[in-house]
Amino acid sequence: MSGDIAPPLALLAELTHRCPLRCPYCSNPLELERASAELDQATWQRVLSEAAALGTLQVHFSGGEPLVRRDLAALVRHAGAVGLYSNLITSGVLLDRARLAELVEAGLEHVQLSFQDSDAVSADRIAGLAEAHVKKLAAAALVREAGLPLTVNAVMHRQNLERLPEMIELALKLGAGRLEVAHVQYYGWALANRRALLPTEAQLERATSVVAEARVRLKGILTIDYVVPDYYARRPKACMGGWGRQFLNVSPAGKVLPCHAAESLPGFEFPSVHAASLTEIWYRSEAFNRFRGTAWMPEPCHSCERREIDWGGCRCQAFALTGDAARTDPACALAPDRALLDRLREADAAAPAGDFIYRQIGAAPAPAGRYFLAHSP
Amino acid sequence: MSGAPQRAIVTGSSRLRFAPHVKFRHDETRGRWVVLAPERLLLPDEQAVEILKLIDGASSVDAVIDDLTRRFEAPREIIAADVIGMLQDLADKGVLAS
Repeated sequence: MSGDIAPPLALLAELTHRCPLRCPYCSNPLELERASAELDQATWQRVLSEAAALGTLQVHFSGGEPLVRRDLAALVRHAGAVGLYSNLITSGVLLDRARLAELVEAGLEHVQLSFQDSDAVSADRIAGLAEAHVKKLAAAALVREAGLPLTVNAVMHRQNLERLPEMIELALKLGAGRLEVAHVQYYGWALANRRALLPTEAQLERATSVVAEARVRLKGILTIDYVVPDYYARRPKACMGGWGRQFLNVSPAGKVLPCHAAESLPGFEFPSVHAASLTEIWYRSEAFNRFRGTAWMPEPCHSCERREIDWGGCRCQAFALTGDAARTDPACALAPDRALLDRLREADAAAPAGDFIYRQIGAAPAPAGRYFLAHSP
Repeated sequence: MSGAPQRAIVTGSSRLRFAPHVKFRHDETRGRWVVLAPERLLLPDEQAVEILKLIDGASSVDAVIDDLTRRFEAPREIIAADVIGMLQDLADKGVLAS
């Protein structure tokens, strides 16, 4: 350890941006990396070793779709060998019995499987891929047959929130131990699709009461994680548990980031795994130190009694909405820019949903600048 | 086993183990015990660590409480309430299984 900075708890290893799905709320950046830019197996293995040496305890293999990497099992095996607990975050559509057996044998501990809806037609439309839902159901069954714990990640928004009770039943039927009711948060692709995705207040209130009822009924059977979407929250979420406090993210091309969306922020030199070790980057890089702790905070954050609970909210959201990453997250009711977020929410929730802009490599929609308010930093 | 899954209620006669794919181990970097579980990471305090070290899949919860009562010289009913409360919470989170 170094001074007051604790080592990270988890590494998000974004192995690739390639994915057969085209979800319009993808958390990847708008500028997606091509396969030719991806780190090779030996480099990922070095990164995993460095993460373990730094004190990281868990690795989340993510993407894009991590199963497009043929070396995934080798990476899982290496993670286990250096003492990391490994989790696979997948869409499931590329998972078959042989592939899963290879991963189990390599020491995989857990699978998080995303679902786009409980209704197959709607799910395939949202994913932008025919037969996606039926493949996911098959993948979930394989995971449980293999004896691995399963988390269902249910991505919820205006176009499926009415079916939250059915999603909960689906998670139960699939034998999941955990359900993440993941309201879309509006960065990257989701920000570009906000009008098509933002739920109405009435939808959200109903969903919140559905979750409250299910948590009581399913206590000890299914754990349900639930966070209200920022646009309806009174306090911001502690994004990543605070900048540079718990997580580090390595992008497919080897950029080391405090969160998966941080590459959307201008004026940063995010370090590369080719240039420095994860230990040097975590403790000493300007990028990780810039918004670490509370010293950087403007008011009302700096004197707020919740400053070490919320950690100022999300820097990427502050930038996307105000043009200044160092401002208070507008998701906070106390933020000077909160009125902007309220206006955007009311306008989008009242408007027709319109069409999705589907995620696609090499087809980034207009830059986030179009969402700025008049404030200039 | 048949029918819908049910919540496991922790009593003195329960025999608990760590659920599959949950790891309780000492972390050298932090110099403390950690529980690694699916998408969950717990940093138990010293008291919780003493309880978790006795979770072996064979001992009853009563035996765990007896052991702690001998070592910590506190009234058994106080220790029992703490231990059962904590173990029930961890069972509800899927960290422990019977």
